[in-house]
Amino acid sequence: MSEPLHYRTATDLARGLAAGETSAEEVARAVIERTQAVEPKVRAFHHRDEEDALEQARASDRRRAEGRCLGPLDGIPVGIKDVLAVEGQPLTCSSKMLENFVAPYDATVIRRLKERGAVLWGRLNMDEFAMGSSTENSAFQVTANPWDPERIPGGSSGGSAAACAAGEAILTLGSDTGGSIRQPAALCGIVGMKPTYGLVSRYGLVAFASSLDQIGPFARSVEDAALLIGAIAGHDPLDSTSYRAEIPDYAEAVRSARPPWKIGIPGEYFGEGLDPEVRAAVELAIEFYRAEGCEIIDISLPHTQYAVAVYYIIATAEASSNLARYDGVRYGHRAAEAKDAVDLYFQSRAEGFGSEVKRRIILGTYVLSSGYYDAYYLRAQKVRTLIRQDFLEAFKRVDAVLTPTSPVPAFKRGERTSDPLAMYLSDIYTISANLAGLPGISVPCGLSSGHLPIGLQLIGQPFGEAGLLGMAGHFERHHDHHLKRPPL
Amino acid sequence: MDYEAVIGLEVHVQIKTRSKMFTAAPAGFGEAPNTLVDPVVLGLPGVLPVMNHAAIEQIIRTGLMFGCSIAPVCKWDRKNYFYPDSPKNYQISQYDQPICVGGTVEIELPGPSRNVMGEHKHIHLTRIHLEEDVGKLTHFENDSLVDFNRAGTPLMEIVTEPDLRTPEEVFAFLTALRQAMVCAGISDCDMEKGQLRCDANISVRPRGETKLGTKIELKNLNSISGVRNGVTFEIERQIGIVAAGGSLTQETRRWDLEANISTPMRTKEMAHDYRYFPDPDLMPVEVDEAWKDRLRATLPELPFDRQRRLMESFGLPYTITSVVVPDRPLGEFFDAAAAAAPKQAQKIGNWIVNDLLRELSAAGRPITDSPVRPEAIVGLVGLVEEGAINSNVAKEVFVEMFRTGEAPGAIVDRKGLRQSLDTGELEAWCREAIEKNPKSVEDFRAGKENALNFLKGQVMRMSKGKANPKAVDDLLRALMAG
Repeated sequence: MSEPLHYRTATDLARGLAAGETSAEEVARAVIERTQAVEPKVRAFHHRDEEDALEQARASDRRRAEGRCLGPLDGIPVGIKDVLAVEGQPLTCSSKMLENFVAPYDATVIRRLKERGAVLWGRLNMDEFAMGSSTENSAFQVTANPWDPERIPGGSSGGSAAACAAGEAILTLGSDTGGSIRQPAALCGIVGMKPTYGLVSRYGLVAFASSLDQIGPFARSVEDAALLIGAIAGHDPLDSTSYRAEIPDYAEAVRSARPPWKIGIPGEYFGEGLDPEVRAAVELAIEFYRAEGCEIIDISLPHTQYAVAVYYIIATAEASSNLARYDGVRYGHRAAEAKDAVDLYFQSRAEGFGSEVKRRIILGTYVLSSGYYDAYYLRAQKVRTLIRQDFLEAFKRVDAVLTPTSPVPAFKRGERTSDPLAMYLSDIYTISANLAGLPGISVPCGLSSGHLPIGLQLIGQPFGEAGLLGMAGHFERHHDHHLKRPPL
Repeated sequence: MDYEAVIGLEVHVQIKTRSKMFTAAPAGFGEAPNTLVDPVVLGLPGVLPVMNHAAIEQIIRTGLMFGCSIAPVCKWDRKNYFYPDSPKNYQISQYDQPICVGGTVEIELPGPSRNVMGEHKHIHLTRIHLEEDVGKLTHFENDSLVDFNRAGTPLMEIVTEPDLRTPEEVFAFLTALRQAMVCAGISDCDMEKGQLRCDANISVRPRGETKLGTKIELKNLNSISGVRNGVTFEIERQIGIVAAGGSLTQETRRWDLEANISTPMRTKEMAHDYRYFPDPDLMPVEVDEAWKDRLRATLPELPFDRQRRLMESFGLPYTITSVVVPDRPLGEFFDAAAAAAPKQAQKIGNWIVNDLLRELSAAGRPITDSPVRPEAIVGLVGLVEEGAINSNVAKEVFVEMFRTGEAPGAIVDRKGLRQSLDTGELEAWCREAIEKNPKSVEDFRAGKENALNFLKGQVMRMSKGKANPKAVDDLLRALMAG
């Protein structure tokens, strides 16, 4: 296989680095050069520090030369969504509000990557404060889908998905609150995974909706995703919601997993609004698993119809509170001519936030208001429990639930910006996993007639990442969708 | 018409912990502005709170101390409001499930005089919950500055039922609360340092009326005098309006320390909607029986219980217990001494209250730094009791003990102050006094007790003060009777 360095997998590069066939500096240079070549089209990065990346790579090479290699990620360039704090680097969340903010500390996932020698590479574009499904809500730039620059890469982690798909990084990190890793991964033709809530520390992830947010990987193979998730997972005393789980060797789980499995197909995910080509590709995947001896079981997740509504109550309620700290007083955008403290709040927030962020803050403030709390927030929490119970009930019969990741392939830029509800429906298949706290992975499963990637979603049991990655890896092993490259 | 006030309090007490409520940044007072901070205290993007276990334990101890029921689960809520002293623009607090519910605080009202115990009352608590403190704003002509050193300090809010009726009761409540908190090591409750802050809900009604009047919340009662003056002023203000046929509207007022008046802050219509909801960043914490039992075992005897015990088991007078009890180190000092000589407890108490406290106060030293230790007081009382020295000499010895830290026996020996116990010598002095003062002897035999005192004085002079007055008394009587 004569894949150029920038398109090789981390697993493959780790082998090459260990064998002395290449160096971390060489890999970093390849990624930098690739980025220089395609970034004018893709526009995935807010910020890049090439010299810093090369220095990290050289440090990795020195370690390796001294026999102190820190593992398979040592020397691998990993792009970072601009929502994760890296000490000394900008942390903008693609918002004017934090345009000039520099993080004074490392997120826990970043600390773990540093401990494993990863080369932290750039700040990746996103929907402002991770609110959106197309990355069009970035205050700074629009990122293109590498498969068709007229189309969006998905969102909110659009920059992370596009950069990984375009070979501008070997791996990238994103965050997923309602589908923000899985949906762009599907739309850009790569692997994306949202872990079980609590598997990965959220410390240093700028909060959108605290009870839904999880950090996860983008990769060009399932095994790479497993490698990255294994590096960032594990209990963190700085995050009270982080779980004390044993972290297995996920990459080994991918290599060793073999069917048969019991796979549940929820009828609710194959109804109205599902693009026929997406349906066909996902049904082909179902047939593959059946042919591999898996038991395909029709299941029902009856509360699915409420997921989007519940999500937009809970997520916006939490966001309205989480984003209250951006007030112009201590850091971030500060209105120049404020008359008093209240005026400072109004002006700074009016100027600093984009319209989608404002829309969600207003929604969230409303649903928490006195007199409305019971009808909206409290009820939404109850329905959320029902949605989780639907899944837990299903998992008594099946190992995983298989669905499309997105109802449609990548849509055109501007197509949904004037219709927030249409935009919200982009996440209709991914939101439930966040509400139920379950792990979900999106794997490439085909291309549309328009040559746009289609993703397959597998949702697993709580902390069932190893099994889920194994099922996804088995699919990948027998297909070449993940080897298709965008025509850049 | 005669009016009475109905008062409920919301008291904020800072819990004494090394670190803040939700992060490892140190808690403290008096440091340079914005030095007791970290990314969590400052509410930087991406940070998360982690609960301070010690703070939870202190509030559970508080609840157990006041007989509250302790919630089986400690759950956290966000209270949302914008204010520049609040780094996140929400405060992590407890809304619908406070950790402590019910309970009472025993208070003592002023007695008819300082030396007489006043009436005791139990003030009911509604709840106690835990939250984080905010920063401190300082306003200048054109700018305001904010110091986040205080932000994130563990803070408990104690809410009372409307059980209080007078400014004296309010004062007594705060005093009792502070004594208990200090005693249990939960807070220093120093109002000057903002460790204890008080808001009062005050209404007035004609005496005998059972319905409550219009409630006014009075804020900024941040000193002992502020509480007394503020509550007194507000009661009089309300009675003035109601008695003149006026009516009150529910509002929040602020006590103006300088002008000594309360001024309007906001009305009910302007009240905040805090949009409370469970904090998704924090997991609820289970409080099981074993944990409660462990914490219960760490609680000291409450001040009023200690006072009752001292009065009952040692027969101590109120004048001593009311001084010894409220100060935990002083109480422990007394306990240590009294345990060694239970029968001498009252004398020990007198030495501590009258002499030791005087010397400590003159030297500006706390009881914990006293050069005279409990065993030294016991020794001194013992010397007087066994007749080795008399009480006048004892006073002299005590001053020396305080000055040098020496044991009383050593001082007595060094200075040759030991009373003569040689009965032969004593008898010689007595006979000499009787022989030289026949008139006094005659007077004594005629029933004049004063005459004996004169003779005793003569003997004491001859002994240069070393004779035991009791022994002299006995011997003179015996000799004159013979």
